[in-house]
Amino acid sequence: MRYLTDRKRAERKGASGTGTEHHWYMSVSAVALAFLIPTFLYIFGHALGHDHATVKATFGNPFVAILTGLVLFVSMQHFAKGAQLMIEDYTQGSWRRGLIMLAYSVAYVVTATGLWALAKLAM
Amino acid sequence: MVQLTLPKNSRIRTGKTWPKPEGATNVRKFVIYRWSPDDGENPRVDTYFVDMDKCGPMVLDALIKIKNEIDPTLTFRRSCREGICGSCAMNIDGGNHLACIYGLDEIQGEVKIYPLPHMPVVKDLIPDLTHFYAQHASIMPWLETKTNEPQKEWRQSIEDRKKLDGLYECVMCASCSTACPSYWWNSDRYLGPAALLHAYRWIVDSRDEATGERLDDLEDPFKLYRCHTIMNCTKTCPKGLNPAKSIAEIKRMMVERVV
Repeated sequence: MRYLTDRKRAERKGASGTGTEHHWYMSVSAVALAFLIPTFLYIFGHALGHDHATVKATFGNPFVAILTGLVLFVSMQHFAKGAQLMIEDYTQGSWRRGLIMLAYSVAYVVTATGLWALAKLAM
Repeated sequence: MVQLTLPKNSRIRTGKTWPKPEGATNVRKFVIYRWSPDDGENPRVDTYFVDMDKCGPMVLDALIKIKNEIDPTLTFRRSCREGICGSCAMNIDGGNHLACIYGLDEIQGEVKIYPLPHMPVVKDLIPDLTHFYAQHASIMPWLETKTNEPQKEWRQSIEDRKKLDGLYECVMCASCSTACPSYWWNSDRYLGPAALLHAYRWIVDSRDEATGERLDDLEDPFKLYRCHTIMNCTKTCPKGLNPAKSIAEIKRMMVERVV
């Protein structure tokens, strides 16, 4: 039991001064992904079912390689920030902070692994 | 935080079924949430039958009839009976409405009445709005000025006054905030649609000189950005207002400050 006034409970520690950057990043990355993902899927779909040499040649193309790298990076950042929002909605305290760290770690690991695989395929 | 099950002492059981009015031919069934802090029991739903030939057309008319003629212990807030005071907001037939302006003819079958969702209950249909009002107070719902007060009044053009239409009409009934899942899960930190609509009402007021400070106070992942544009607030507002648009406008102004 804490003897806090209603106003103190409502105001808590005040505004953190952040939030807009996150909101804006999500908007920008959503627009970017709306172009990146369909283009990537179109190219990826064409490469599907071909032999290793053809796929290697496809991803060796600078445009395709850069596009794939961008898809990996932007989508994983979008995922991490989106997951952060979801985790903030449904959890509290240490669980909240731990799960956010986990979401970002997953995003970094997938991005790094994907870029390494892409580099291996393209070079 | 999200709660997927009710605590043991909040689980609702079936309550008393009151007898049907004698000789009535046009009877309607009402299922109403009951809870009293005095008896230490779990909430229950009582069943009442109302003679619709001797009852007014609104849900509040039926509630008053039940209180006057069947069960005087039934407790609910009401005052103006014309949708101005916002006292009688409650969950009717699965949606938040003002009982005084919600017609019984809009409901099919039995009438289910519960208090506003996910709020502490004081008694029966009365939610505890203490935190809701404190959040409203925290957005400074008054004109903040720095310039010396003019001799007469703070002047405003007709165009600027029009910007307040759709905002000043809010009666603070809490229907929108208690319809918002984000507010259910994080009402300790998220201000909710009602407080944010009022915040925007003062941000957009041409006479107010604390726009920057007001936006600074809302620059927070929880206070403002818990809104995920679910739109329940706009769908449920008994006054036909659009709190989701106000929140979107605040977000737009926030982005304009940065980009």
